[in-house]
Amino acid sequence: MINMQRLKQQISHLILPLSVLVILLVINLIKGPEYFSITMTNGAFYGPIPLLLDHASELVILTIGMALVTAASRGQDISIGVGATITSAVFVLFVLNAGEASLLTIVAGFLISCVAGLVIGAFNGTLVSVFKVQPMIATLILLMGGRSIAFLIDGKLSPLLDNPISKQIGTSITISDQIGTEIFNVPISTPIILTAVFIAITALVLKTTNLRLYVESVGINPSAARLNGISPKKIIFLTFLIMGVCTAVAGFIAVNKAARHDSSNLLKFIMMDAILAVAIGGNSLSGGKFSLTGAIIGAYTIEMLSQTLLRLDVGTETLRAFKAVFIIILMVVASPVVRDYAGKILQFARQILQKVRTRGGGGAEGGTGAPDDTDVAGPDIPVKKEE
Amino acid sequence: MQSEKIIEMEGICKSFPGVKALSNVDFALRKGEIHALMGENGAGKSTLIKVITGVYEKDAGRIVIDEKPIHFKSPQEAQNSGIGTVYQEITLCPNLTVAENMFIGRGRNAFVQWKEMNAKAAKLLSSLGIPASPTQELSSCSLAVQQMIAIARAVDMDCKVLILDEPTSSLDEDEVKKLFELMRELKARGVGIIFITHFIDQVYEISDRITVLRNGELIGEYAVSELPQIELIAKMMGKTLDDVTKIRKHEPVTSKASIPVFESKALSSAAGVRPFNFTIQKGEVNGFAGLLGSGRSESARAIFAADKVTGGEVKIKGKRVKIKTPLHAMKQGIGYLPEDRKGDGIIDELSVRDNIILALQVMKGFFKPFSRKQAECFSDEFIKSLKIKTPSVNTPISSLSGGNQQKVILARWLLTNPGYLILDEPTRGIDVGTKVEIQKLVIKLAEGGMSLTFISSEIDEMLRTCSRLIVMKDREIVGELAGMNVTEHDVMHAIAQGGER
Repeated sequence: MINMQRLKQQISHLILPLSVLVILLVINLIKGPEYFSITMTNGAFYGPIPLLLDHASELVILTIGMALVTAASRGQDISIGVGATITSAVFVLFVLNAGEASLLTIVAGFLISCVAGLVIGAFNGTLVSVFKVQPMIATLILLMGGRSIAFLIDGKLSPLLDNPISKQIGTSITISDQIGTEIFNVPISTPIILTAVFIAITALVLKTTNLRLYVESVGINPSAARLNGISPKKIIFLTFLIMGVCTAVAGFIAVNKAARHDSSNLLKFIMMDAILAVAIGGNSLSGGKFSLTGAIIGAYTIEMLSQTLLRLDVGTETLRAFKAVFIIILMVVASPVVRDYAGKILQFARQILQKVRTRGGGGAEGGTGAPDDTDVAGPDIPVKKEE
Repeated sequence: MQSEKIIEMEGICKSFPGVKALSNVDFALRKGEIHALMGENGAGKSTLIKVITGVYEKDAGRIVIDEKPIHFKSPQEAQNSGIGTVYQEITLCPNLTVAENMFIGRGRNAFVQWKEMNAKAAKLLSSLGIPASPTQELSSCSLAVQQMIAIARAVDMDCKVLILDEPTSSLDEDEVKKLFELMRELKARGVGIIFITHFIDQVYEISDRITVLRNGELIGEYAVSELPQIELIAKMMGKTLDDVTKIRKHEPVTSKASIPVFESKALSSAAGVRPFNFTIQKGEVNGFAGLLGSGRSESARAIFAADKVTGGEVKIKGKRVKIKTPLHAMKQGIGYLPEDRKGDGIIDELSVRDNIILALQVMKGFFKPFSRKQAECFSDEFIKSLKIKTPSVNTPISSLSGGNQQKVILARWLLTNPGYLILDEPTRGIDVGTKVEIQKLVIKLAEGGMSLTFISSEIDEMLRTCSRLIVMKDREIVGELAGMNVTEHDVMHAIAQGGER
């Protein structure tokens, strides 16, 4: 019974992202069951769902960092796309200068770009934790100037990543291609593998450290956290450092996918999706308790939303408008106001049912149909039935 | 002195869900009088003020202003009727000019006549003797001048009543003097002033009359000359009528030869407590006695480095140590249960379990989390031993009652097994039964060899538990009382006489 309760507690905040995910899956099923087909093409899995997982990689990784930053600092980092552009510029610079593109070069380049990510995180983190600048304002600085820095690093030429490497190796397949798509003989695309590894590492960190307890304490009540020996400054700074690593990994994946470094457009609007993913995941944007599971599901949900809209023949130029409308509906449905209202309606309905039952005596049939869980918001009940 | 009454209140009642904040309170303010409203925390001073100014609606009673029954629905309405209020925190805009601050939101026109406004402000400022220019930015003025400008804003528009809620708490002595001059000037003009403060000396310096409230009830109205300090203090504290089983107080620790568990020399903090010396022996229970704002909490916070320590020397068991942060203090075996349970104690969305293990977990380290099982084991142990009423260890602490929340925080510190535990108002806002439980626990812990500092605004509670009282007044230690036969009277005497050395 206690375990059931705990399970229910853990599930309750996932209701929103899961139900949206289910709605989108159902829409796709109605549009055509080929959505769920997976085929082997050139020795790798292919189909809408593998594609979705592949496309969402950068967003998922950045969302993890965003959830942590939000929980501790009660604000959001809006410079993540720009940060990733800078770290990937560092990566590209290193790989192009290294000459030989061996596995070692790639790993070394990646690690150096991680250092760049840490520097960016330290910069933002110092502004927020030491100088108490609002996170959005602090990161706005990098958002404004960051792409110029990336231009300066990569030589303003949007260099292609594959050309010099392919020449040296002498084949048409480059290592960077493999990171962007699939490594030879591995059926799953590399971004998916990297994301899975990243999620696993995050889970391991949460399991083996007190990151969650510290971050949540600082986000909920910094002054109480301080009196219990936690330094809110250090914890907020730490979340920005983690965010720095996330941007480096996301930048690494994105630049390899594109096989060229486009300083002005790489991951351009991704911070909005990341913030939304955090919110859809049932996390408060004003800090405190957080759920990375929810945020990750939220990230995949947003990617699936774009994919679904494209499948429904919404043009790329109007896609954002449709997405916006969908998210407005989602946020209104999930808002406390509507939840309260829905709860009241349910209660009212239950009262009426009870009256009918006590009056009718045998009219218990209607009663069994009444939903037991009040916390399930209105719209996802019919969805579950359809399923 | 004229005795014409400006405000007359009769039988005012006000309750909030679960609390009777005011019951049957009468209050009268006369023209040209400075009337101090006194009482400890929760006595109902602020509630009474808010009933006058229309922030709260009264449940029962009558308010007569200038012989007309009045019923304000909003603070704005009260303001328009000539009742100005200045709150403790300065509620002006620091980046606007002095004149803008004085008149903003006052004009009935959409357009501001800058010249006229500045001229009017200059006139008012000079007539009240406030050293500020109308076009100066407010943030460039000292705190005292800002406070005076807040008053000038309130008294503009032929004000009849001025309410000052703790106006002096952030001012230094010279600034207080300037403020008092302004108050006397206004008094001479016939303004009635209601003055709320925790500084007893200031009351005796400037007030004509005192009204004392306690636990939402009127204790009485007195002329200042007829009420000696000691009686005022007695009236404010009252006799708490706990039906408490007599708790056995243990013998004062007299072994002066032994090395104290904690010793400080000239310790001071950024919160403004004067440098103080303090020692506590093993197994001793002592306490800081004094009224609210006397510096008793600030001293405790200085020991734990909860406020920034600005000077002094600290020895733990005879060894000199540096305590710069709460974590240093914790590592030296000091625990601190803060006065403000909601603001500094509980992490409200987190579970009872997380709240209990927090301090020990932080001491253990970032990379060594307790297993869930271990954490639950710790929590269950204290939930049982302290009789914490909670549905489960996973319940968020915010859904427990105040007393049970306090026990969780207590459990948090007991789990760290501190050598020295500071309890700042551990019994505030909790029911009598739990109060007694906590008092008994304190004695039991001391018998087990723990040193404790117990701070409470209820003197008899401290007398029951502490074997030595350090008396504080105006952020300074003014005396010390030890022994089995200390009475409430002795404590009040010590507080009252403290400042008159």
